Amino acid sequence: MAILEISELTHFFGGLRAVYDLNMTLEGGELMGLIGPNGAGKTTVFNLVSGFYRPSEGDVKFRGKSIVGLRPHQVTALGMARTFQNIRLWNSLTVFDNLCVSQHHLLGYGFLNSVLRTRKFHESERKVRKTAEEIIDLLGIRHYALELPKNLPYGLQRRVEIGRALCLRPKLLMLDEPAAGMNPGEVDQLIKLIRWIRDEFKLTIWLIEHHMRVVMNVCERMKVIDFGEEIAEGTPSEIQQNRRVIQAYLGEEEPLHAHGS
Amino acid sequence: MRRNIPILGYAILCVLGVVLAKADVLDLYMQIILMFIGINVILSTSLNLVNGYMGEFSVGHAGFMAVGAYITSVLNILLFTNSSVFGPPVLSPSSALILFPLTLLAGGVGAALAGLLVAVPSFRTRGDYLAIITLAVNYIVKSSIENMQVIGGARGFMGMSNVINSMKEVVDLPWTLIWVFISAGLTVVILQKFVSSTYGKGIIALRDDEIAAEIMSVNTQRMKVVAFMLSSGLAGIAGGLFAHVLGYINPGTFTIMKSTEVLVMVYLGGMGSLSGSVLSAIGLTIVLEAFRPLQVYKWVIVPLLLILLMLFRPEGIMGHRELTDVFPRLRQLLGLKPKLSE
Amino acid sequence: MFLETFLQNLLNALQWGSFYALIALGYTMVYGVLLLINFAHGDIFMVGAYVAFFIATLLLGQYSSPFLPPVLVFAITVVATMVITSGVGVAIERIAYRPLRRKGASRLYVVITALMCGLILENGNLALLGASRRNFPEMLSKTAYNIGGVNFTNVKLLVILTTIAVFILLETIVRKTRLGMAMRAISYDRMAVPLMGIPVDTVIVFTFILGSSMAALAGVLFATAYPVLEPYMGALVGWKAFIAAVLGGIGEIRGAFAGGFLLGFIEIFVAALFPSTLRDLIAFSILLVFLSIKPTGIFGVSRATKI
Repeated sequence: MAILEISELTHFFGGLRAVYDLNMTLEGGELMGLIGPNGAGKTTVFNLVSGFYRPSEGDVKFRGKSIVGLRPHQVTALGMARTFQNIRLWNSLTVFDNLCVSQHHLLGYGFLNSVLRTRKFHESERKVRKTAEEIIDLLGIRHYALELPKNLPYGLQRRVEIGRALCLRPKLLMLDEPAAGMNPGEVDQLIKLIRWIRDEFKLTIWLIEHHMRVVMNVCERMKVIDFGEEIAEGTPSEIQQNRRVIQAYLGEEEPLHAHGS
Repeated sequence: MRRNIPILGYAILCVLGVVLAKADVLDLYMQIILMFIGINVILSTSLNLVNGYMGEFSVGHAGFMAVGAYITSVLNILLFTNSSVFGPPVLSPSSALILFPLTLLAGGVGAALAGLLVAVPSFRTRGDYLAIITLAVNYIVKSSIENMQVIGGARGFMGMSNVINSMKEVVDLPWTLIWVFISAGLTVVILQKFVSSTYGKGIIALRDDEIAAEIMSVNTQRMKVVAFMLSSGLAGIAGGLFAHVLGYINPGTFTIMKSTEVLVMVYLGGMGSLSGSVLSAIGLTIVLEAFRPLQVYKWVIVPLLLILLMLFRPEGIMGHRELTDVFPRLRQLLGLKPKLSE
Repeated sequence: MFLETFLQNLLNALQWGSFYALIALGYTMVYGVLLLINFAHGDIFMVGAYVAFFIATLLLGQYSSPFLPPVLVFAITVVATMVITSGVGVAIERIAYRPLRRKGASRLYVVITALMCGLILENGNLALLGASRRNFPEMLSKTAYNIGGVNFTNVKLLVILTTIAVFILLETIVRKTRLGMAMRAISYDRMAVPLMGIPVDTVIVFTFILGSSMAALAGVLFATAYPVLEPYMGALVGWKAFIAAVLGGIGEIRGAFAGGFLLGFIEIFVAALFPSTLRDLIAFSILLVFLSIKPTGIFGVSRATKI
């Protein structure tokens, strides 16, 4: 069953057309990629889907329900989580607290309970902490749980950010360039991690990535966009052969490898 | 429960203070200073919630204080005293003893509602533009009161000492002192519980990265409303107490100058440090009082000292830390759980 | 009749707005370069008025000579005041702000320090000179004109024309000179500019000189128009000028002028139409509504956050 259906999604920034007539469907449990040259509008698509921007036209259905017009935290509460291109952890909260706070929508208590420390409060806090600890153990970051994120190396920060997204118990996890700025060793670990997360948590993963090794090793299917418009869709091997994709990445002239090999 | 040691200790100190005041060991002057300390603790910790924990820059705290001060005072005069403005008391003057905390709370609620004037624009505005909005709200409140002739306008409003006196006639205790102690204690406890809960940490997340907070499930608008209303509501309670300590208020008391004083306490103590705010409220109140004999020079020397202090400790006395971070022993002593189960 | 009243108020508003605009300039330029709300700036305006008072008294009293016509005295006073007052502004920057900046303190701590500097200036003045008000000597003999029922004086005209001239001058400085361009560059990108070999400290000092001398100019003009000085005269005007700067879009020179004049208009016209006690209430309510609708002021641009 389709978990995410995007139809005729269009978005303008002033006069600039960032996304145009995008249609796509993500099936439950899928590992989908979204690729395209720099400035193609990939992150904008993520921002539209997660409710940060309201699309100029078109519709986004998540688990059968339209989410256009919802505020981001409401979209999140429906079971969608994401990471950011530039890591956006909360740097004055510990790693552990980062994982706890991202379960804000699951708290089920408010100001009065937090001050009066009622049973509801303690039960809820226990649940939140348990989830956070589970994720911490699953990702193997217990050692760093009480550190501030800004003191961790880049690769670990990425891991924490993915952990924070997992704490939301999402049905759909959106990763925005998870391999950006990683060294080769970290990239290998990341590839394993993403596959393992999908199997362990049985969720759908949709990722934006430039790093071809990640894309080719992780994604089962991918969509390519350029100037906000779809130019191709298919399996990694199909995409590798696609002429329009090669043109988009390398320019209008004859592809380079056509001369050599 | 070792965790309750600070609360117990504070309660004992308060009882001691009240007993000493009753026995006239603490003279009226000392009592007033103690009350100012208490009120300043409420003001600085509550402003720290917005300026420190949430990272906004509110410069109009005195406006909310004024709202609380006037609501509580007017209610009390109306209900419990025979005044030229409102005529005979609505209720028996002795009932003030029981109902005083309620009127105090009413002042807090009124101030919290005034806090919405800042909270709602804060959905779209951040930083320095929001600072101007708080400044404007401060002026609007002050100017509105000046234009309400029923409650004295610019001349001010008085008679609150009658309320306290009628409370004393029933049971002869220093009631204002008692309510200042209770309110200051409760304020610190409420704020501490709030910011240490996962719910309250949402506002720290909001400060660090508002976009990430919103996308990662924190209802940022609601958190802003909660923080602004809590902060201004507590300022309102401080205002109510302030009015009854002085027995007389006028709009000129609640100007930007007063807001500045509170701002200084927050930043001197350290943004996002409750214990810092408490310490600096106590310290600054005492210093300002000690320098009173210097008259005009007081307001030259105190700012100079503050500038020097800032040069040596550019993040305030406590920085982002709490007392328990500076003295880890304290944490053990209080039996605070380590944050992770091992 | 209606038109005359309107024109009269318009003229008053232009003069009143001129003071706000000149002071708002200092806020806006320092903010553009340092992201610092320099709350001592209102008191720099006060310092300017007092410095002018002493220079003028000196020139007219002890050292008065027939070779110095009053107009020349006025010119000397203006220039000397601007120089001395910029000295005060720069000194505050060097002594109080720069060390904090070097230590990487949060900018809000610098703001608090600025508030403290303002207090020191106000109360230092009070302590040194006493609480008595001072009468500013009259250097320019006031001449009143009446054209079509609208009254105005040569001083009023001078204030308005000077402000317009300053606007043109500053816009030119910022757009055409190297230092001016460096100022704009810094407000665009705080990280890259020092790396490009631009001497940031020089730019900062230049900014403070410009801002403080404009506040000094406002001080002289204000004292000429309303010749009574007191130590707290800068506090309220300063806050309002800051509001004007934000109203116009802080960091923008034309914003300071637009905001200053706008605030002047609001205040004068509210006072003309309603009881004067309602002036602050209505003026600030308008401000609140305006900023709620357009949070970045008239010329301010909200910077899109990239995620």
